[in-house]
Amino acid sequence: MKKEKIIEVKNLTKKFGNFTAVNSISFDVKKGEILGFLGANGAGKTTAIKMLIGISKPSSGEALVAGFDVKTNTEMVKKSIGYMSQKFSMYDDLTIKENITFFGGIYGLSRLQIKDKTERLVTELGLEDTIDKLVGSLPLGWKQKLSFSVALLHEPKIVFLDEPTGGVDPITRRQFWEMIYAEAHKGTTIFVTTHYMDEAEYCDRVSIMVEGSIEALDTPKNLKANYNVASMNEVFLKLARNVE
Amino acid sequence: MSIQVQNISKSYNKIKAVEAISFDVKEGELFGLIGPDGAGKTTIFRILTTLLLANQGSATVAGFDVVKEYKAIRNSVGYMPGKFSLYQDLTVEENLTFFATIFGTTIEENYDLIKDIYIQIEPFKTRRAGALSGGMKQKLALCCALIHKPKVLFLDEPTTGVDPVSRKEFWEMLKRLQQKGITILVSTPYMDEATLCDRIALIQNGKILKIDSPENIIKKYEKTIYDIQSKNSHQLIQDLKNYPSQYSVFAFGEFIHYIDKNKDFNPNDLKNYLQNRNHSEIEIHLSNTTIEDVFMDL
Repeated sequence: MKKEKIIEVKNLTKKFGNFTAVNSISFDVKKGEILGFLGANGAGKTTAIKMLIGISKPSSGEALVAGFDVKTNTEMVKKSIGYMSQKFSMYDDLTIKENITFFGGIYGLSRLQIKDKTERLVTELGLEDTIDKLVGSLPLGWKQKLSFSVALLHEPKIVFLDEPTGGVDPITRRQFWEMIYAEAHKGTTIFVTTHYMDEAEYCDRVSIMVEGSIEALDTPKNLKANYNVASMNEVFLKLARNVE
Repeated sequence: MSIQVQNISKSYNKIKAVEAISFDVKEGELFGLIGPDGAGKTTIFRILTTLLLANQGSATVAGFDVVKEYKAIRNSVGYMPGKFSLYQDLTVEENLTFFATIFGTTIEENYDLIKDIYIQIEPFKTRRAGALSGGMKQKLALCCALIHKPKVLFLDEPTTGVDPVSRKEFWEMLKRLQQKGITILVSTPYMDEATLCDRIALIQNGKILKIDSPENIIKKYEKTIYDIQSKNSHQLIQDLKNYPSQYSVFAFGEFIHYIDKNKDFNPNDLKNYLQNRNHSEIEIHLSNTTIEDVFMDL
């Protein structure tokens, strides 16, 4: 059985003046797939993600996200996706409960839905005793786990995670990936960037961007076999170093 | 000793950021503070660079007391904070000239020290610092921290958020600086970088859990770790966690690192258990201990 495509990208390009940040990238992502989106700093990952989440207009090419055109239907794209990054997750000076209520409201959930979701989320994460604490007082790992759950409040079809685990302690980092697995298992598509190469191994497929182009896209197993190396770290070093 | 820290504690209101920390860094040593966000690494840096007063304890840097002789320390150390702290509106060259002038020197005088780093950003010397890529900002910040030829270099998470290729290059730069006789205290949340230091302190929740060379830390770890793999790695984690004698189960790239409670553990028993739970392509073999394994078991 072939799974349905949830993201379809064809020749997607973004130019800033003379500089081509994203150079005609094409790929598909299937429902429930975990796609690792890797690349060196400045390779064009963030620009590509911005186009896919509907906040940057492509210079040319096409992308359908959850069936919606990122050029013409950005509002529907935004309603179909969740997003979290390391830089922006939640409001530090609001409590956990207030953050959930706020984002639930933004995503258009009803009061009843918010109440229901809050209870479930807090139980799942074991945050019953801390619900009235300021988010700013939580350790980073907890913040990131909470922020992931908040990005899923409106049950998006796809969730974009931009370096969700940077600086997080090793145990929490693994718990975070277990949450990712569980969510993918429910059918949510995960689009994730990371600089931890062990995490690249946890993805169903990995794309590696080099200077605006996708240089490789395959399962970790095939990538390692194709480049004849033992780890994703070596695949990455091999590909990204070719540029220099 | 280049850095001596004795019993340093610091609290912010009721939160204990660091608690009774002691360690020494020898002259010319590359010493790593290894720990996650919130471990207290930045607090230690700020105390040692005389930007923050400890509540308790004492410390010296390059032979000077961090409280009484803070001015002498400021002349002898270079500090690269975790957050990019140069002037975004000044160009690359202007930033460097500014820092050189502040310390009463010139770019020319200490050019040797920064040369192999600076040539990489020199083509962009008229670009405003705010418009540089992350990797170039990092290189400029390192040049600015080095321009007065410091005895001790403090680098607070210089590689956080940096891709593996640039991280590798950065560590090669550090090794070259170390060969020039500079003592380096560096912090990182990336456990794989720990092995590149002469000695490390593993730190979490404001406490130092272990200080030693990375080799010794790994050598002294007594438990046996197995690499385990099967076709369905997510289910494998769940099933291993339910194995009665499991001590710990952690995903480690393509393998799961598994430790058993029993000394007489037989991998074949575990293999049978997994086969009974419909796992296929099962592989179990001895693993190499990493600093991350040790850290998670502290």
